[in-house]
Amino acid sequence: MTTQLEATSVTTAVDVDAPVEHAFRVFTDGIGTWWNPDHHILQAELAEMVFEPYVGGHIIDRGTDGSECRWSRVLAYDPPRRVCFSWDISLRWEIETDPAKASEIEVVFTPEGAARTHVVLTHRHLDRHGDGWEGMRDAVKSGWSLVAFAAAAAA
Amino acid sequence: MLSALADPTRRAIFERLARSPSAVGEVARELPVSRPAVSQHLKVLKSAGLVTDQAVGTRHVYSVDPAGIAAIRNYFEQFWQQSLARFAAAAATHQEER
Repeated sequence: MTTQLEATSVTTAVDVDAPVEHAFRVFTDGIGTWWNPDHHILQAELAEMVFEPYVGGHIIDRGTDGSECRWSRVLAYDPPRRVCFSWDISLRWEIETDPAKASEIEVVFTPEGAARTHVVLTHRHLDRHGDGWEGMRDAVKSGWSLVAFAAAAAA
Repeated sequence: MLSALADPTRRAIFERLARSPSAVGEVARELPVSRPAVSQHLKVLKSAGLVTDQAVGTRHVYSVDPAGIAAIRNYFEQFWQQSLARFAAAAATHQEER
């Protein structure tokens, strides 16, 4: 597993001991089998995850209390070679409703023989989340209360 | 620097500070981590350039270092490395079960 960094993106690669079709299916349809269950922004515990297998679909987290969080839009769905989806979560760990402030993840699956797949994941446009960090810095510097900061950030 | 977020407790503290700048005691109250342990983790995060601290009145407030995008990249690098390792294990395991 290797990782490279560019200015505003992160690339990580991994080799999977499975055919490309299977690797693609586990990554998408089976996202709930490997996603770290601690990584969600629901109030409740994470009960299940749904990866809608079409462009315009969503990745949906469902909580044990029935709540839903659609934190990603499926931007490209080309089984078994490529999938792209958005990261609609701000740096304050809240849903980002402005697509211009969302980053994007592209995953490319390349078969290496019949039973092995090379998977390269690139998370790009991380700078689009930048406003939150500026706001955080300014809020701290100016001594705003967190309540005022939250209100300003939401405006 | 890149290993600073490999520890799940440090990651939780980092995520907590990204939501709002806080003093050590505030972080310790909200997470299942003792105050001395939080201090120790903050020291590591600070030396890695991921968080910064400043005195606000009598309090010492920690926040995610806004110096640039480095912290975001560090966070997601760790996040995806760990996630893809879980994915590779899941894909190989399910393969054997078929």
